[in-house]
Amino acid sequence: MAPAVSLREAVVLSGRFPLLAGASLDIEEGEIAHIRGPNGAGKTSLLRLCAGLLPLHRGAGFVLGHDLSVERRSLRRQVGLLGHQSFLYEELTVGENLRYALRASGADRHRAEPAAARLSLAGRLFDTPVARLSAGQRRRTALAVLVARDPVLWLLDEPHAGLDEEGRQLLDELISGSRSRGRTVVLCSHEHHHAASLADRVILLAGGRVVKEPAGVA
Amino acid sequence: MWHDAFLVAGKDLRIELRSKVALNQVVPFAAVVILLFGLALGPNRAVLSPAAAGLFWVAVLLSSVLATQRSFAVEAADGARDGLRLSGLDPAGIFLGKAAAVAGELIVLEALLSVGVAVLYGLELTGALVLIATCLAATVGLAAVGVTYGAIASGLRIKETLLPLLFLPVAAPVLLGATKAWDEALTGRPGAGAGWLGLLVVFAVIYVAVGIVAFGPLLEEA
Repeated sequence: MAPAVSLREAVVLSGRFPLLAGASLDIEEGEIAHIRGPNGAGKTSLLRLCAGLLPLHRGAGFVLGHDLSVERRSLRRQVGLLGHQSFLYEELTVGENLRYALRASGADRHRAEPAAARLSLAGRLFDTPVARLSAGQRRRTALAVLVARDPVLWLLDEPHAGLDEEGRQLLDELISGSRSRGRTVVLCSHEHHHAASLADRVILLAGGRVVKEPAGVA
Repeated sequence: MWHDAFLVAGKDLRIELRSKVALNQVVPFAAVVILLFGLALGPNRAVLSPAAAGLFWVAVLLSSVLATQRSFAVEAADGARDGLRLSGLDPAGIFLGKAAAVAGELIVLEALLSVGVAVLYGLELTGALVLIATCLAATVGLAAVGVTYGAIASGLRIKETLLPLLFLPVAAPVLLGATKAWDEALTGRPGAGAGWLGLLVVFAVIYVAVGIVAFGPLLEEA
């Protein structure tokens, strides 16, 4: 079985500056991988590359069987990215954002309500414009989009940031439960011990390269 | 493509209905522009009436820059532009949807503005069929050009100043055609205006076709 993510000497540039400088790694289907590294190591760039948002300048990369050099657009419906930004429309309500994301990705829009309920966004909050939500509630809404879409590959960049204890617990359950649903999770976090406790494997990134892959949990 | 276009147009119009930016900012801006033209040219209706068509379309052209900027501003907030790319929507559908939403807003603006021009400049709106058809064709052209260049400008830090620089020269043929068509219709020669209308339709078709092809790469690269 081909890995869900396979990178070989992947180079991603921003102008002349390398965001990734020859990263090589394999992440198997159904695996939970924790990418750790200092600020500027290339963690966010790695996730954005895997989401098909950044072009691959050199090297080779395959995500869910899609060649990152040529098939980035077709990959995107199969991945979900929870990043530093929520990708939400401020003027639309939680429910409208969820339904829009579901319809855009070709999924059943009726999944919106159960996903919102799971993230404690049902009732009044469901019909509240995102602009009026707190930072934590926005984070939950972004997470609810991911839960509703349930993509094959979950790319999570500092996913616990801004979540309260209940939200963190729920997120942990979602990550842990991804294995049984056959989903692959790539998780970047500065909360090393917590993230490592959720992950099957820890991958260390520095200077845009994979520098060490410790066996088991770091 | 059409499903995606309806989805994006519906989303953009819903956001507009809720935020009322076009109603509260673009319409007053256009009204101020025609009022200022009136002040600059003086109260003499013998001077204002012959210039009315040109002044109307200059006001529409400037307003369409604002409408386009607004259309991409909603995608800039909280990474929604990346969200748009991640959604997997057909870029041609995104282009058509955004252009349709901008066109819808401009049509409403033109309806209000034509009443304002008629009242302020003492104009009699004759040749209604040509006037309306001109509005439709010119609006499609303006919206298509605006959204195409909006995709380029929205990814850059200098988007506020770059968009008018890119947009206005390319939209100049629409301004010329629409002004001539309106001029002919308002002076009782709607048949002569039909020729300019045909030209506007050709421009609209070209701009839409270019937008459908170019929008995807522009959204990726800008």
